[in-house]
Amino acid sequence: MRHTISILVDNEFGVLSKVAGLFSGRGFNIESLCVAETLDPQVSRMTIVTTGDDQVVEQITKQLNKLINVIKVSDLTAEEHIERELAMIKVNVDVKDRAEILSIIDIFRGKVVDVSPTTYTIEMTGDNEKVNAIIKLLRPFGIKEIVRTGKIAMARSPKSGK
Amino acid sequence: MKKTGAQIFIDCLIKEGVDTIFGFPGGAVLPIYDALYGVTAFKHILVRHEQGAVHMADGYARATGRPGIVLVTSGPGATNTVTGIATAYMDSIPLVVFTGQVPTALIGNDAFQEADIIGITRPCTKHNYLVKDVKDLARIIKEAFYIATTGRPGPVLVDMPKDVLNAHAEFKYPEKVELKNYQPTYKGHPGQIKKAVDLILKSKRPVIYTGGGVVLSNASDELKIFAEKLSIPVTNTLMGLGGFPGTHPLFLGMLGMHGTYAANMAVTSTDCLIAIGARFDDRVTGKVDEFAPYAKIIHVDIDPTSISKNVRVDIPIVGDVKLVLKDMIKVVDEAKKALGTDFKYVPRALAEWHGQVNKWAETHKLSYKLNGKTIKPQYVIERIYNLTKGKAIITTEVGQNQMWAAQFYKFDRPRTFLSSGGLGTMGFGFPAAIGAQLAFPDKVVIDIAGDGSIQMNIQELATAVQYKLPVKVAILNNRFLGMVRQWQEFFYEKRYSYTCMDVAPDFVKVAEAYGAVGLRAATVDEVDWVIKKALAVKNKPVFMDFQVDPAEDVYPMVPAGQPLNKMLLV
Ligand SMILES: Cc1ncc(C[n+]2csc(CCOP(=O)(O)OP(=O)(O)O)c2C)c(N)n1
Repeated sequence: MRHTISILVDNEFGVLSKVAGLFSGRGFNIESLCVAETLDPQVSRMTIVTTGDDQVVEQITKQLNKLINVIKVSDLTAEEHIERELAMIKVNVDVKDRAEILSIIDIFRGKVVDVSPTTYTIEMTGDNEKVNAIIKLLRPFGIKEIVRTGKIAMARSPKSGK
Repeated sequence: MKKTGAQIFIDCLIKEGVDTIFGFPGGAVLPIYDALYGVTAFKHILVRHEQGAVHMADGYARATGRPGIVLVTSGPGATNTVTGIATAYMDSIPLVVFTGQVPTALIGNDAFQEADIIGITRPCTKHNYLVKDVKDLARIIKEAFYIATTGRPGPVLVDMPKDVLNAHAEFKYPEKVELKNYQPTYKGHPGQIKKAVDLILKSKRPVIYTGGGVVLSNASDELKIFAEKLSIPVTNTLMGLGGFPGTHPLFLGMLGMHGTYAANMAVTSTDCLIAIGARFDDRVTGKVDEFAPYAKIIHVDIDPTSISKNVRVDIPIVGDVKLVLKDMIKVVDEAKKALGTDFKYVPRALAEWHGQVNKWAETHKLSYKLNGKTIKPQYVIERIYNLTKGKAIITTEVGQNQMWAAQFYKFDRPRTFLSSGGLGTMGFGFPAAIGAQLAFPDKVVIDIAGDGSIQMNIQELATAVQYKLPVKVAILNNRFLGMVRQWQEFFYEKRYSYTCMDVAPDFVKVAEAYGAVGLRAATVDEVDWVIKKALAVKNKPVFMDFQVDPAEDVYPMVPAGQPLNKMLLV
């Protein structure tokens, strides 16, 4: 099963490699990984999407907690949370297809952020499924390039995780 | 007054009460070596290879319970420590390893003698640090000692660039450590402890299975009290030997691949397995799905990641083994009070179980066949046991020598059996013995070695000679990489591919060339003479070359991947 794990870590040299190395060294899977500073500049948040059965995910959580630079680990899958991903999609546009492409973008509330004579670059935010869906619809027109950020996530509860 | 990084380093070690460090110099640590000149507050032992330094520090730590300290230079000095660090990591041994590094401005430039030792040792250290500013040095050293020695212990590496060692800062050793993210759980959950004791009191066939955690947390006395109170048989892992007296009537011997028949049968039949400070290693469990198939399992460990890692556990208790055992004893005592005279029936209810266990122990004792002609390696160990009255500190190499030492020497005290369990590092035993001897100059310290393993760190003879250490090495010389040969005999149709090592040095002459004592036993009646002679040597190392039967195998043996009750017996 897929799990979204949110980790607060010291914003320090070498911490990313300690976390990433833990995953590779123990044969855990990383589907996506995002890192950035939090409100407190000494702390970063990593959002890691991983897959595994309950025992594997329990090990991942415990092993992460064991790293000295890890402050807090939460498996968001277990609680209500919001997740988003940003994708940029560069798609071929033929004059005859323009209207249809624009209407797809509109339906998905995407944005055209760059235009060339033969391509549109689309900015798309949403959960995984939404991003996957627009990619599927645009594919017949010819997608030249996709860049995805990987998932970021936040618990819905009122408490702050920093 | 401001001090250099090098001076701060030395002052920190003094503040930590370090009495011995193991090191080897080089360019990047020259500032420290210069500052060390004339220092008498602690001893610096000059080794002959950095791997030797780490194993010595490790042996020192295992024998004393205090952290072992290593100092080496950058690049090759640092990379030479890796096997030693991994060895300590697998067995949870507290070490602080200090490496020199190229100056900060050169890091990442492929500078002369640069190695990314932080990257290299990330998976085999409990934590590691690159010191980027001399102002952080004292705090980092304080944290390194704290992390290495608390919770589940382990090696910590501190990488110190040369310019940091030359830079100046105000020296103030922090009073205490502030690590908000690192707070090991020491006290076990009272509810879980209560549940565990309830389960034990209801069980009919309980077994205690303990590992290195009992030794690491100095919980041997508590373990003995607990086992005796309820009269529960005890088995140890290799790492656990000495944690429970080897001559105790409740002791079943070691379990696992080369465990005793009684221990492996008991674990297979038990209805309540009490695992304490052990981690269900595959060499212990055999086929994991068929391990302790009838048991409810209680698992006490300070490291939550050890629990339910490869075997499902019914009652997990995270905490320090010593504290948890103390609490369990208290709960037992309360139950005893509550039950009044009925309590004595609880241990007595185990009579049938004890009968069964004793029968197993009687029918298949550890044994070997003397033939009067060749020296049997097991016999050498029995003689060493008798002639040292079981009081020596024994280290081992890896292979058959290690298993025979574990089987035939009876360890009554913790920290007297020092062996590389998790990593299984050949070349560990001799330097580890040197480290232990430095910590206990008056004790008899003996490395039980194979002729293959001893050649992996034989250069440390010079170190032992230099410091006049009476370390003894008993080489069970079978002219083979014996344990591998045994696997080839059993599982590869006796195709002895590259395991014959009959081109070996004359170990007696090697010892003499280094200024040590060399002795040889070629026949059974020379064995005692050699051991006695070696024990009489007081100020230099001794090599004892026992020319043992090359065909001898270690029994019992559970073939890898088989369940524990499928033992090959003699
Ligand atoms: C550094 C290292 N390399 C290889 C091995 C694999 N290995 C395990 S036991 C063994 C044979 C050891 O031979 P020896 O030291 O002569 O001991 P014996 O088994 O004969 O007692 C080998 C090669 C190891 N454990 N460690």
